[in-house]
Amino acid sequence: MSVRSSDLTERGQALDERGPGPVTVVLSVNGTERSLEIEPRVSLLDALREHLDLTGAKKGCDQGTCGTCTVWVDGNRVLSCLTLALTCEGHEVTTVEGLADGEELHAMQRAFIAEDAFQCGFCTPGQIMSAVALLKEGHAHDDAEIKEWMSGNICRCAAYPHIRAAIRAVRDEAQ
Amino acid sequence: MRPITYSRATDTATAVAAVSADPTSDFLAGGTTEIDLLRQNVLHPRRLVDINQLPLTGVELLPDGGVRIGALARMSEVAATPVVRERYPLISQALELGASAQLRHMASMGGNLLQRVRCSYFRDAESPCNKREPGAGCSAIDGFSRGHAVLGTSEHCIATHPSDVAVALMALDATVHTLGPSGERSYAFDDFFLLPGDSPHREHPMAHGELITAIEVPAAPVARNSLYLKVRDRESYEFALVSVAAALSVVDGTIADVRVALGGVATKPWRAWRVEDFLIGARTVRSNFEQAARVELIEARPTPMNAFKAELAQRTIVRALDTLTGDPGRSAS
Repeated sequence: MSVRSSDLTERGQALDERGPGPVTVVLSVNGTERSLEIEPRVSLLDALREHLDLTGAKKGCDQGTCGTCTVWVDGNRVLSCLTLALTCEGHEVTTVEGLADGEELHAMQRAFIAEDAFQCGFCTPGQIMSAVALLKEGHAHDDAEIKEWMSGNICRCAAYPHIRAAIRAVRDEAQ
Repeated sequence: MRPITYSRATDTATAVAAVSADPTSDFLAGGTTEIDLLRQNVLHPRRLVDINQLPLTGVELLPDGGVRIGALARMSEVAATPVVRERYPLISQALELGASAQLRHMASMGGNLLQRVRCSYFRDAESPCNKREPGAGCSAIDGFSRGHAVLGTSEHCIATHPSDVAVALMALDATVHTLGPSGERSYAFDDFFLLPGDSPHREHPMAHGELITAIEVPAAPVARNSLYLKVRDRESYEFALVSVAAALSVVDGTIADVRVALGGVATKPWRAWRVEDFLIGARTVRSNFEQAARVELIEARPTPMNAFKAELAQRTIVRALDTLTGDPGRSAS
């Protein structure tokens, strides 16, 4: 136990410290490697929006309560506002811009249009990224379950019934 | 947010040494509390050591039938683990009733235990707050205190401990394992969370740079009949007003083993020892549940705004025990 501590201190100094000024970061976003110069304090959301011009993920609360910044990291839906961009090096980031296959919209995007699942549209990218992940996670068996597992995405227009309809449509289509 | 530097640690000892060596360094795991509070200038480390690559993940079955949960296992991953769902339903339920699906993918188990309070006076970085600035005073005691604690409070702090899963782990006598500058340590769960007393800025007994490596949950056959009941202002994605983690084993109408812990009402995850002491060997009748709950809350010290919690906590305890007895529909007598 304590025998290791002096050893620890020596090894601790070996950590590569970056910043606080801008550093070069390589992020894999929607399958493409992108290089950018950012400070370590920059969130993934700001890196996407301000540095990579990927403005699909929105900045609503910037404090992890609204879900409109939802993206995937290694396939898991996460909040990009509470993620530092540097922590994503070596991981795959997927944004709503990466969902479509060329001009062919993702089934969830088509369903949101067909079911009129938005009004102002601000929360929609986050809703869609969350909804696709929800189906993959397997928590969309009924409306109660969809509500519970989509509760991290707030819609101030309250388009919830139509959002659920879109999710049901894609779920049933896949079966 | 103030400028910070970033390092990525790949072995635990190096991470511990790096943070230990510098009081302005902090670990970064899921970041769901930390990035938020950095941005609000409540926390101000100069250096962050990213520990997300450390091999502290996964849930491991122990030879004695318990489980060892890696400190960096994510809430969603632990909740979905079959052995956890089967042997400790209260852990899975507490995890899945906390936060949102996105946050559960991000937040680590170690970080969950160390998440900071939701008291708005702590989080606004301006109001007097003994937790943020020792000696500054407590704004909540005479302020907006509807969500604050009624148990374990002091004249210096009444902030509620916000974790759900810590309540379940408290009921199960979990152990917190750490690695610090002076080596490995382990803490009984109840000892890991400090009452505010006159030093509410001290929330746990760890030294600076000490890192949670794992949480061990001992085997608990009683936990197979368990639940986590969470009462809140909205049905999902909300902190508890009151929560109850409970496990119950009944033999011939008599309580053979019982575990109860409370969330949302106390300054730390609150083991309801008095409930357990009262109920061991007692009959599973509603009047016993009510009496046990009353005894637990007898020392509640509410503010005018949160006085409802003492009653709500009692009702929630009774509801939880009723449900575990197989009688969730039994109406109040």
